[in-house]
Order: sequence, then C-alpha cells, then structure tokens
Amino acid sequence: MSEPEIHTPTERGLLPEDEDPSIGLVLEAEAAQAKLEADSVEPEQELLTVNMGPHHPATHGVLRLVVSLQGETVLEVKPVLGYLHTGIEKSCEDKSYWKVIPFVERMDYLSYFFNMEAYCGAVERLLGIEIPPRAKYLRVLHMELNRIHSHLVWLGTSALDLGAISMFWYCFRERDRVLDLFEMSSGQRMHTRYFQVGGVFEDIPVGFAERLTAFCDEMPSRIDQYEALLDRNEIFLHRTKNVGIVSKERLLELGVTGPLLRAAGEPWDLRKVTDYLAYKDFEFSIPVGTVGDGYDRYRVRLQEMRESVKIVQQALEGMPEGPYLHDDRKYVLPPRDELSTSMESLIHHFKLVTEGFRVPPGELYYSVESPRGELGCFVVADGSSKPARVHFRDPSFVNLQSFRDMSVGGYIADMIQNLAMLDPILGGVDR
Amino acid sequence: MLLGEVDFVESTGVMVVKSVLIFIGVFLIVPVLTVVERKLIGRFQARYGPNRVGPGGVMQPLADVGKLLGKQVFRPENAIAFLYAIAPGLVILSGILTLAIIPFGNVEDGVGLYGIDVSIGVLYFFAFSSFAFYGLLLAGWASGSKYSFLGAMRSAAQLISYEVSMGLALLGVVMMAGSLSMTSIVEAQGSIWYVVPQFVGFLIFMISGFAETNRSPFDLPEADAELVQGFQTEYGGMRFGSFLLAEYLEMFVVSGIAVTFFLGGWMGPGPPWLDPVWVVVKILSLIFVFIWVRATLPRVRYDQLMSLGWKVMLPLATLNVLVTAILVTVL
Repeated sequence: MSEPEIHTPTERGLLPEDEDPSIGLVLEAEAAQAKLEADSVEPEQELLTVNMGPHHPATHGVLRLVVSLQGETVLEVKPVLGYLHTGIEKSCEDKSYWKVIPFVERMDYLSYFFNMEAYCGAVERLLGIEIPPRAKYLRVLHMELNRIHSHLVWLGTSALDLGAISMFWYCFRERDRVLDLFEMSSGQRMHTRYFQVGGVFEDIPVGFAERLTAFCDEMPSRIDQYEALLDRNEIFLHRTKNVGIVSKERLLELGVTGPLLRAAGEPWDLRKVTDYLAYKDFEFSIPVGTVGDGYDRYRVRLQEMRESVKIVQQALEGMPEGPYLHDDRKYVLPPRDELSTSMESLIHHFKLVTEGFRVPPGELYYSVESPRGELGCFVVADGSSKPARVHFRDPSFVNLQSFRDMSVGGYIADMIQNLAMLDPILGGVDR
Repeated sequence: MLLGEVDFVESTGVMVVKSVLIFIGVFLIVPVLTVVERKLIGRFQARYGPNRVGPGGVMQPLADVGKLLGKQVFRPENAIAFLYAIAPGLVILSGILTLAIIPFGNVEDGVGLYGIDVSIGVLYFFAFSSFAFYGLLLAGWASGSKYSFLGAMRSAAQLISYEVSMGLALLGVVMMAGSLSMTSIVEAQGSIWYVVPQFVGFLIFMISGFAETNRSPFDLPEADAELVQGFQTEYGGMRFGSFLLAEYLEMFVVSGIAVTFFLGGWMGPGPPWLDPVWVVVKILSLIFVFIWVRATLPRVRYDQLMSLGWKVMLPLATLNVLVTAILVTVL
C-alpha cells in the first residue's frame, strides 16, 4: 500500500493560501487581543472582549463568538465551533448503509431531505443504480418543499434578530403547512427518512396533491405579505442595505456557495450547473444579487422560495407514472406482499434487514444544492455493508468562514444581522 | 412644596389619600397593561396570547407575579451589592413620581384629580423621568456583566439624544399655553387640542417617547438579539419584574403626558364625571400605538438611533419651537 498523501487545508481548497488556516476555527482570544492592541489600537483605548454564546439568543444554535469590541464596533470576531459536535460522521462508519440515512438527516436539521439526497445519491452512484423517474420527481418535490421550509425558518429567525418579532410567527405558520405535507407523505414532520437507496420510501398518498396545490397557490401571496412587511420598512432597509458586504472574489476564495454567493452576483447553482435528479425538466431561474449585502441575501432567498414553489408545481403536474422505488432486490426491500409468496424475496428481505447490502469498493463525491449551498457527501466503500468513511461538505461550515470578513469593522448589531443572513445551522457545522 | 399656581390648598389628609391611590393605581395599571399587550401582540402575530389563567387569560399577570416572587433572590458574584439592589427601585420610583403629575380631571369639590399640580410641570416631568436612567445605568454598571454594561452605555447615549428633542417638542405647547402647569395647559386646550397646531411637536414627542421608554423600535438597551437582555441580563425574580413594571409604567406616563399636552387631557363630551374616563381612554389608545409598533417594526441600529436623534429630531424640534415662538409673538 502506498504512503497516504497528507492534505493540508489549503490544498483541499478550504482556505486561500495567504490565510492562516486556524482563523475561523479556534484561536485564543488573548493572543488575538494582544495582536490587536499592538496593531491598531492606541494604548489608552480599551478593548472589550465579549464572549457571545454558546447560549445566546441570536447565535442560531450553539455557536460561540469571541468578539473584541471597541465601543460598539467589532474589531475582531472568532467563531468557535464544536458545541454541537455529535460525531455523526464517525458513527456512520458503524452502521450499515441503510441505517446511516436517519443519522445524516440530523446533521443540518433544517434540510434533512438534502442530507438524505446527498447520501443516498452517493451510495446509488457507487452501486451504479439509477432511480426510477417517479422517484426523481418525488425527491425534487420534497427537496424544494424543504427549501421553502428552511428559508421560512431562516426568514423568521432573521427578522426576529432584527427585532421584527411578528415575522417569526407568520413564517412558522406557513412552515407548519409544509411540515403537514411532509407528515402526510412520510409520516414524520421532521427527519422523515423518506428517501432511501433506490428511490423513496412510499408514494404520495391520496389527497396530498390537492393540499400541495392549495399550498403552492397560496404561498406566493404569503411571500408578498412578508415583503410588504419588510421590504417597505425603512428601518429594515437601513439595517440590511450595504451591511456585511464581501466581494464575490473573496467569497469564491473562501469556497462560499449558495444564496450568499448568488447574492454577490455569481449565479452558481448546482441545480443548473450539474445534472442531478430531474432538475433539467423544470423551468426555474436562479435569482442573483448585485451588491452582496444583507439586503441582497434576503432578496435572493425570498425569490428562491418563489422559484421553489414553481418547481414544486411543475413536479406535481409532470409527475411520471411508474414505480417509486428501484426493483433491484439486492438493494431495495421487496414489497411486503411478496414475502409470503416468494422465497427469493424472503431471502433478500432477511439479508437486507440483518446485514444490509454490500457496496463495491470505491469512493465517490456527490453534491446537491441545499438551501445553504453546496452540500456534498463523500462516501468511501470498502466492499462491506458498512461505509468505510462518510464525510459531508456542509455549506454552513464553509460559509461560516466568511463571517469574519462580513463583520469586522461593523457594528455589533450588524454582526448579528450578518450571522442571521449567513444562516448557519450548527448541527451541520459541527456534525 | 411646589404648589405654585393652585388656588386652593388641599389638606394633608387628602394628599396622603391621593398618594396611596396613585401607588395602588400603579399596581393595578401595570398588570392590566401586560395582559392587554400580550393579548394584542398575540393577535397581531396570528396566535391567541395568554388564555389559560382565568377567563380569557385575564389572571395571567397574577400568575406571572406569583412566579417572579417565588424566584430566588440572586446576585452575581462580581456585582456591586448595594447598587445592584437599589437600581430597580430607582426605576420604579421615577415611574411613580412622574405618574403623580398626570391630571385625570379638573378640580372637583376641592380635590384635584391628580397627584400634585406643580407649577413647573414640564421640568418636574423631565427631572424625574430622567431619574429612571440612573436606575438603568446603575443596573448595567453594578451587574458586573459585559452585556449589562453595553446596555447601560446605550441607554445613557439614548437618554442624551432624545431628552433634548423631547423637551423642545413640549416647549412649543408651553409657549402656546403660557404656562408650565399641567392643569393650565389642559385648560388652554378648550378651543382646540394642541395636536393640531403642534402636530410636528406631537410626532417628535411620541418618537422620543418610544426611545425614552426603551420600547421597540428603540429598545436598544435591552436588544435581545445582540445584548441578551441588556441591563436586565443579570436580574431575576421580582427585581427583573420591577424593570418590567417600570417599563409599562413609563409607557403609561409618556402616553399620559402626550394626552395632557397634545390631546386635550380630560376634555371630551359628556358630564364632568366622565373626565377621568376620557383621560384613560386617550392614554390606552396611545398605548395601543406603542404595542402596534412593537409588533410591526424591526429595531434600529445604535448609530442610526443617534443620527435620527441628532440630525433629524433635534433640528426639527428646534425649528418647531422657533416657528411657534414667532407665531405666538405675532398673533
């Protein structure tokens, strides 16, 4: 066996070369403060180091921010991670492939369908199976509903951070309707385990289409209402416009993806760039911003919700007939009724439930466009029924690197706004 | 005492009774306001609001106070004990003292329907309402916490920025009425309420009032998103409750002052015994605006608050005073 190559973070493309790889992760507050005092601050000026979090109303989970303040101005900010580290990636190595699915759902807990798709898609590609068209449509439908749901949570909590408390309830009212739909199709409101290797768990039930149509008809007008509350509000515009601008080049250097990058004017969206699931069948556009400030990020996400509604409508209308699950019994559980008639099925069922299916050796990276950016799953298979390694490229984690660039030099209130518009999910950051 | 323009002298007994009534009134007003606010905000936010305790949730304040009273009296280790303890008291004191000058009606049967009628009404109001900020500052300083400290700094800056425009906004009314006494100002509004000629002043006063009471969108000293709970962060139990109580009290007082100066005080149709009812109705409708704004608007940023105060409100208020002065002299 050859010597394993050692990759530094720079080579992996996580950080630009001139950047200290430890920035954005953990740095001792005292060292940074001493450096700051030597560099930029007059000796008589005092710096206030505030430790925000891990339990703080506005850190969206358990993010800890070590902030050096001069008055109300942020001189240095260091996100400290790890308070929600659950060892999911490591635990996945100890589970058979089909048992990993509910695990990975729980990382980025607002985009569980995307986590499932990234993982299931990677395993399917390793196995070399193509899921049926209906399953593709069902997956797209649920993922786009999930995107709406995730953006609604983002909008509600961000508005709450800016002090517009009522938005939170309006957004959660609509979010509940999305969750009702999830409950209808999969039996669960969150962490549905609806996708599985080879397709989806179940077909959509009777009555689902009607409720989904009603929701899709109503949602655009709801988004109009959110805009009426926020977009025409002078205070909101003052708080978000020209705040937290990071240049497109810098964002690309940092590997930032998703609405943050699109708000800066780069129309990078994996749904258009790569060809996965059935996205090429649908008409939708990629909203982009111009300046890349908080307001653009807000506009881009709001527009994305409208586009998602369009995709959901198209997916429902053009839903092809046919199976929703691959019929290769080596990987997919046979239907219940076959068990009493077919010995083959019984054996497959027994093998799949006890040992699970085996995946031929190999490694594969598969990425999807999650509500926060490129969500990639890297699976290494060693031929057994358990993955040798599961690693996720979580957009929250990568995007969080741009937080310092957004916030340094601004006000502390802007820092909170930047964090809200960044929309990190700590479950995804720490994994 | 400061009983300047009152053309009669009330007996000590009457004054004591009135003091007690005001004190009790405080503890009746605030619970009602809290439950009203929570119900209204609930409706604004497409939910019910409290509806479990008592019919329609009206007993909710009792449950809240009961809970707060039952909390352990706690003080952070690095707090300054004495200041930490008296800060909530100062804030409440300020609220009660300012409440004393709001007239709920004219003199009837030798008893004025107000706490005291001081000849320096406006100055009294400013002296004692600013007093509340000492409470906030001390609370923030004595808590020994960085969030509290930042909150206290913000409230100090806010006080300086808005007190001036608030004073100038009232000055126009004072010039028109030719008196500082609350009752005289209300009586001077017999023909027309000052909200009409002094509309700019009214707007400036109300906006400053939002800042003065630390209410949204100017609730920066207690901005929960960045400063957790600002100067109240380290407080718990009934000391925390005292700050809440004071906030509602201040909201009531600012509305009361606005009613007295701009909305004709007790003026209204109907027999004289309706006077206090009119005052309360007017005050409650202003409080409704406070609650409405809280449910609608986001919070402004610190520097935007400052620039609004100094670059917009202050010049506007000064101009208003100037124009009023010219008109009062000419007409």
